[in-house]
Amino acid sequence: MAEVTTKAALVFEGVSKTFLAGGQAVRALRSVDISVQAGKVTGLIGPDGAGKTTLMRLAAGLLLPDAGRIHALDIDVVKQALEVQSSVGYMPQRFGLYEDLSVQENLDLYADLQGVAKTERPARYQELMHMTGLAPFTRRLAGRLSGGMKQKLGLACTLVRPPRLLLLDEPTVGVDPVSRRELWAIVFRQVREQGMSVLLSTAYLDEAERCDDVVLLHEGELLGQGSPESFSEPMRGRTFRITAPGLGKRTLQARLSAAPGIIDAIIEGERVRIVTASPGLPDLSAVTAGNERLHTQAAEPIFEDAFVATLKGNQASGQTPLTDAIRQAPLGAPENDAVIEVRDLQRRFGSFYAVKGVSFSVKRGEIFGLLGANGAGKTTTFRMLCGLLPVSAGEVQVAGLDLRHAAARVRGRLGYMAQRFSLYVDLTVLQNLRFFASAYGLDRAHSKKRIAWALEAFELADYANASSRDLPLGFKQRLALAAALMHEPDILFLDEPTSGVDPLARREFWQRINALAEAGVTVLVTTHFMDEANYCDRLVIMAEGEVLAEDTPADMKARFRDHEHPDPTMEDAFIGLIEAHEKQREATA
Amino acid sequence: MKAAAASRMRLTGMIRKESLQILRDPSSIAIAFVLPVVLLLLFGYGVSLDARHIPLAVVVEQADANSASFIAAFEHSEYFDPQAFGSIQAAQQAFDLREVSGIVWLRNDFSKRLLSQGEAPVGVILNGVDANQARITEGYIQGVWQVWLGSYARSQGVELSLPVALEPRIWFNAAVRSRNFLVPGLIAVIMTLIGAMLTSMVVAREWERGTMESLMVTPIRIGELMIGKLAPYFVLGMGGMLLSVAMALWLFDVPLRGSFWVLTAVSALFMLVALGMGLLISVVAKNQFVAGQISIITTFLPAFILSGFIFQVSSMPAAIQLITHIVPARYYVAILQTLFLAGDIWPIILANSAALLVMMIIFIGLARRKLHKRLDA
Repeated sequence: MAEVTTKAALVFEGVSKTFLAGGQAVRALRSVDISVQAGKVTGLIGPDGAGKTTLMRLAAGLLLPDAGRIHALDIDVVKQALEVQSSVGYMPQRFGLYEDLSVQENLDLYADLQGVAKTERPARYQELMHMTGLAPFTRRLAGRLSGGMKQKLGLACTLVRPPRLLLLDEPTVGVDPVSRRELWAIVFRQVREQGMSVLLSTAYLDEAERCDDVVLLHEGELLGQGSPESFSEPMRGRTFRITAPGLGKRTLQARLSAAPGIIDAIIEGERVRIVTASPGLPDLSAVTAGNERLHTQAAEPIFEDAFVATLKGNQASGQTPLTDAIRQAPLGAPENDAVIEVRDLQRRFGSFYAVKGVSFSVKRGEIFGLLGANGAGKTTTFRMLCGLLPVSAGEVQVAGLDLRHAAARVRGRLGYMAQRFSLYVDLTVLQNLRFFASAYGLDRAHSKKRIAWALEAFELADYANASSRDLPLGFKQRLALAAALMHEPDILFLDEPTSGVDPLARREFWQRINALAEAGVTVLVTTHFMDEANYCDRLVIMAEGEVLAEDTPADMKARFRDHEHPDPTMEDAFIGLIEAHEKQREATA
Repeated sequence: MKAAAASRMRLTGMIRKESLQILRDPSSIAIAFVLPVVLLLLFGYGVSLDARHIPLAVVVEQADANSASFIAAFEHSEYFDPQAFGSIQAAQQAFDLREVSGIVWLRNDFSKRLLSQGEAPVGVILNGVDANQARITEGYIQGVWQVWLGSYARSQGVELSLPVALEPRIWFNAAVRSRNFLVPGLIAVIMTLIGAMLTSMVVAREWERGTMESLMVTPIRIGELMIGKLAPYFVLGMGGMLLSVAMALWLFDVPLRGSFWVLTAVSALFMLVALGMGLLISVVAKNQFVAGQISIITTFLPAFILSGFIFQVSSMPAAIQLITHIVPARYYVAILQTLFLAGDIWPIILANSAALLVMMIIFIGLARRKLHKRLDA
């Protein structure tokens, strides 16, 4: 057992770092002071662009700070980078696995580089392989591993000689929930058994709760450091769950987020969870216009509440309703006939099945989700539905048309927002909108009207002449959505629309999507954020190209309710499904 | 001692990893072994700067014994494939269609003037589009004409006497086969390809795939990283060199008049220069596509065009000649052509090797200075 010290394993004092990007100085870190306690797991939390990766690289001696001092394990990182690199383990966001080397060869390389004695190796390898569950795959090429397995191998390589300080840069991004849980287990085991000190960055706010200590970073500035409870505890008495029988959850959420005194309202299962500006429930009489009755119930505060409250600066007034302007002409009452009908869809790449036997149907005005880890086949399914990728086998009907024969006509009714927002970054916001309007064949008058609508509904007017490249990610996302809606499509495809976007922008985004759905637009969305599944009316959970289950979010979760999980989350459901699927496969194999 | 053992362990780990990657990546095998063979076959068999079997129109307006013996002289020459034409118009038509690259025109009074006046003009028309070919053809026609003149004189019982006679001897490449100087020069191009292009791309690949970042935070030192990265490619490049030499000697019958060991030593030196260039490019480019483009433009093309491999440096314009001094392949090509065809001519070998040594120090030194264990440098 390593001795437990109270000394800090990593200390940043007044550290600043500025990058030059496109002739502009970007201040990645502004005079940041943090200290990572020895023998604990410290979470580095912040949305994209907060400066997490810069901080990690500075700690590993890969970047030089412009100002300030950095000490890792009492070594000056700036002056003795090599010393630090000999005693620190660092796993970058994209860990450098050699994909053309096998699992064993990757381990050997890092054992050689880290100077692990040959005699110590067999025992260490065995331990690592057991911990990561990679033992049966030691001869497999790293490139042939799944995303989660790659991440675990990366961690194993970093741990091949147990470092005293472990730096992990977003180790869980895009990883399926099962692997995510395993990665966390490995990290905690290192801390417990080796007394390792860990700094782990993440954009998933729910992971903050697992850490001993949290560093909250936003736009290069330190917003606070403390235990997760020290963040969430002040929020006690400000969080509630609300239901209103007779009022749809989306309508309720829209009204609540517009209500004064409420800083956050999100859909959680069938309920709406709110965070208020000050302790106690504000007057919600405006929310219930008619006879509906509100059921309120106090909720346990979580880290995310504190995050949202901090970032919104505890604004007392309610938000401006985002949803009024976006509402298009209603497309009529929801019909029961399916707008999208998929039967036994298949897609092969060589001998590899990216999608096998996928079936589902989507009704008009529904928000339908495809939930799964990276590589589950979500994007491939999407591309086939949009007619971007030929179907290997199976039937696809979109808007009553067979995609194989009428792909062009189908596309005219679709709006598609691709992963990573395919915008022309060299054009301004206005030029992008004009381009997409012309690409969809809108005439001059119509195009003018739609551009004016887009600028208003997405609050882009102030940015009309800004270069798309320089937009914050949240605004890029708005612009991409606006572009996809230029031709007033009645079906909207969203591929990982919220990936990398900070929680506030994600909330706004979903409010807009809800408004569109209310107006009768059918929305198909892929996501690897488990909590976002709650926004869907129905969803399928996918893994390895197959649909594991199709259900409403509430029923999906209800399937996994047991004494251990009285109130199961979507993540619990997902893990349960994957485990059942694997058990079944083992049984057949 | 302990530090040395750790360093050795890191180095062997890097070298093993790099070798495995080479063996598993079909594209590096292709560049290292398939491409050299293709280039050698192409240049050994396909490309020839020699003029042989030149299609030649011979117009004989009035056939007789003299004109027949004149034509026979062309037919016996290995340089010409003469075709007989009855009239100059027909010959010109073939010339215009590029069916023949020259016309030799014996007018109808050829024999008469030869006999009566002792002098008979022979019209020669050449295609000057390819100036080099035209000059060579002209020279060969004069040669054939002189031989015929001598035998004609002898048949007339007079000894042709010229006050000054040229007795040319061609040294080093007596058969004047262009293959004999093309193939050795090609070795420089092949080694540039492996050393600079392949190396720059594999190092850039590490940046691109993010593996460099992981390497950087291990205790590895820059020197170990460089040696570990370069050693396997050094071996690969020398393998390419040996393959090329073997093909040159046994497939193309190019003589090796100098010492094999001198050749190996100089090649090793050039290999280091090429590796230094490749490493420098990859440190600057950090992206496979850009690294590939830069290395083609700055190493491969100059080695092809400006090294004297195909085009004589001495016949280039002065400004271009100046530029060739910064092309490492130039010095290596000079040594290669000397070693293969002339022998161990030490002044040439030493002077050019000294230039290569300086370049090696510059390139590897610059790469070493530019390569930091940091991402913002």
